[in-house]
Amino acid sequence: MSSENIIVIDGKEYAFSPGETILEVAEKNGIDIPTLCYLKGASPTGSCRICVVEVEGARALVASCAAPAGANMVVRTESPRVLKARRLNLELLLASGQHNCLAQDMDVDSWTDFQLSAMGVKEHEDLCPAYGNCKLQDLAIRYQVKTNRFQPPDTRYPIENVNPFIVRDFSRCILCGRCVQACNEIQVNNAISFGYRGAESKIVARGDLALKDSDCVFCGECVQACPVGALISKQDLLAGPKHDETMMVRTTCAYCGVGCQLYLHVRDNKVFKVTGVEDAGPNFGSLCVKGRFGYDFINDPERLTTPLIRENGNLREASWDEALDLVSERFGRIKEDSGPDSIGVLCSARITNEDNYLAQKFTRAAIGTNNIDHCARL
Amino acid sequence: MTNPIADMEKSDVILIEGSNTTENHPVLSSYVKRAVTFKGAKLIVVDPRKIDITRFATLWLRPTLGTDVAFINGMMYVIIKERLYPEDYVKSRTVGFEDLQKTVEKYTPEYVEGITGIPKDQLIEAARLYAQAPAASILYAMGITQHTTGTDNVKSLANLAMLCGNMGIPGGGVNPLRGQNNVQGACDLGGLPNVYTGYQKVDDPAIRERMEKAWGVDKLPDKPGLTVTEIMEKGPEGGIKSLYIIGENPMVSDPDLNHAKKTLEKMDFLVVQDIFLTETAKMADVVLPAASFAEKEGTFVNTERKVQRVRKAVDSPGEAREDWKIISELSTRMGYSMNYKSAESIMEEIARVTPSYCGINYERLQNDGIHWPCPTTDHPGTPCLHIDQFTCGMGVFHALEYKPPAELPDDEYPFYLTTGRVLYQFHTGTMTMKSQGLNEIAPECFVEISQQDAEENGIGDGNLLRIASRRGEIEAKARLSDKAVKGTIFIPFHYATAAANKLTNAALDPIAKIPEFKVCAVRIEKT
Repeated sequence: MSSENIIVIDGKEYAFSPGETILEVAEKNGIDIPTLCYLKGASPTGSCRICVVEVEGARALVASCAAPAGANMVVRTESPRVLKARRLNLELLLASGQHNCLAQDMDVDSWTDFQLSAMGVKEHEDLCPAYGNCKLQDLAIRYQVKTNRFQPPDTRYPIENVNPFIVRDFSRCILCGRCVQACNEIQVNNAISFGYRGAESKIVARGDLALKDSDCVFCGECVQACPVGALISKQDLLAGPKHDETMMVRTTCAYCGVGCQLYLHVRDNKVFKVTGVEDAGPNFGSLCVKGRFGYDFINDPERLTTPLIRENGNLREASWDEALDLVSERFGRIKEDSGPDSIGVLCSARITNEDNYLAQKFTRAAIGTNNIDHCARL
Repeated sequence: MTNPIADMEKSDVILIEGSNTTENHPVLSSYVKRAVTFKGAKLIVVDPRKIDITRFATLWLRPTLGTDVAFINGMMYVIIKERLYPEDYVKSRTVGFEDLQKTVEKYTPEYVEGITGIPKDQLIEAARLYAQAPAASILYAMGITQHTTGTDNVKSLANLAMLCGNMGIPGGGVNPLRGQNNVQGACDLGGLPNVYTGYQKVDDPAIRERMEKAWGVDKLPDKPGLTVTEIMEKGPEGGIKSLYIIGENPMVSDPDLNHAKKTLEKMDFLVVQDIFLTETAKMADVVLPAASFAEKEGTFVNTERKVQRVRKAVDSPGEAREDWKIISELSTRMGYSMNYKSAESIMEEIARVTPSYCGINYERLQNDGIHWPCPTTDHPGTPCLHIDQFTCGMGVFHALEYKPPAELPDDEYPFYLTTGRVLYQFHTGTMTMKSQGLNEIAPECFVEISQQDAEENGIGDGNLLRIASRRGEIEAKARLSDKAVKGTIFIPFHYATAAANKLTNAALDPIAKIPEFKVCAVRIEKT
């Protein structure tokens, strides 16, 4: 490694490849530089100024997500100057909208008490749905931003919830642009962009239409990218606050053959939200409308819950023993009377490999026929 | 797919033929869109509809339905004539070039234009674009396979890719996009009438003997069984008296549904295992309640041959059980004992009997999937196939002539009908139609028709139409659309109440036995 490709971060030397940003080098080496607007896979915008670092010899602080690492550069990621700038930026962001998780003006020691009491208030309808899952809130806590120097503006644009999947609360939008990048640079659906100017700024769909009337295809990439409570899944919202125990289970999507990796978010034995796994292929966090929002079938009341047997033309409920005995007896008799080739089995492109393996093993070894197929052709 | 999905962003040219990628494989389509928008790739789309992905295309070629072989032969005619192919690659890695050359000789751009309707200049442009790319990828889906010439179509695309040296290189390949989460896995694991797991042939005595030993049975059947399409076509007359259907809904997904219904009605004994009381389950003698994907451990294989984990997140409702448990219980009751502790122990057996899965186990799948073939536990898997040589040695060209579809429009049925899916529904709707939101956006069947056809037939947007083929008729509302081209209508097949498959033709490809869902003749009238 030539000394040309060495950068010093927080007093230690690190090698880098030309073209890598300061942030990328830091991430690779386990140095935590906080980010807000930075979206992996998209071009950096450097707009939120949270990831600023101090570079020796540079007059202004630089956005580490956009600045390429340079030879012999000396970087400080948490210097007093950096901390001051981050705090100010956070203050301004918190004051830019309805960030009423009351991160402002809270004494850091009372955070947990505050959180508990906020959860306890039933009437606190306006508790942000991103509460506890908000990057801005996390940063406010991390940097102990406790001021109300700046007054939040009046809400300029009303909440949009006239579609089945996504709620847009502009009063909580910090205009970081992650959703715009997710839509235009990751999914390339080009449905949303920055609109208007200055204090009027707003993320707009086409010429400021409701999502349902725009080019939006409800992949929800923007919801996953939103670091605050401005874009929320409607189903998640309707499922209510998640103060009790929830868990995330990583699995593979059950729709098309792309095999997106996703997390099922579960509470009380129910899936209430689906998100994409960001650090694994093939989707790296992306999902489509079906994978992200089409999971209602799991908890649907019409799910089959018991075996059914036809009796006098109608299906009636039966026990597993009764049903399996009947099937085994009938298959056995048909096999004996008409031979194993008179029975056919259709396994499925919907079930697991393990299920399919046993289905064909059963067909071949237990019944004794190769009449096994599935709907690959259909 | 011969190549991994992520390869798409390494392609210089992407040729999409017979895949409505943005609606059917949305996340994969993002790779294509990113390649075009940010990486400078050129996109050629060959599709009878002006599908959404054409917005990103350098070239959209509009073929007459079912003329893919003629189009691809035309491409190869130009490429050979202009010597745009790597001669050393063809010489060192393939056989059958002379026959191919002879066959495509008559597929001049003029001749191909006559068959496909694709203007000859566009064909030449597409051929040059594809052939001159350092790495060109071909993506296809059911628009290629669901034809009476489906096998020929696929082989033709393989011809084209081999001719231009696009096999075994990053960003190249022939890449079928699988339409269902585990259609690859169902095939890999022996859910086919002619092969055991890993495509080991049932009529090979040595393989059969090995399976007999592994499974502890005296004698396994040696004759390949019937395909689903053959079973449904012939039913009891073909010798099938009883059917056990697991997780499928042929009463919506099969071609010529009226006939499919009769076949199922004639069964002596029908068992359906599913998560809902589907159209098919309603006809069953016994219905067995199964666990959904969120309720079980296991693996799926995606379209790039990557084996990935499925994990249990919630308990099944009521008494519903995992499919493998139901099958085990049934098998044991029938005298062939199956005692598996878990899905993981089944995968251990799969690895033992399947050469391409030998190196795959749950521990290795913990954080990321593995592309098969993966012959040993220290093998990293095989994202890209055919790198130094083809799996079977030399790549074989198949010289193929164009054959027209089984049914063409005539005076009585003057329109082409093609079918497919929409973004907001999935297959027979068993899962998606339980989502209020998806139903709100895509509530009902429709007939996509061009402005011109609509005008000529006095049809307005939203008019209720009666669509009839030789096999049946349905009613659905007209949707005037820029996607449609004069003479061809499109109907999604999701909706049981206006099932497009009452109209479709059950004529089969002679080898793959796949029905010709993508072409039939219909007439339309206002109700």
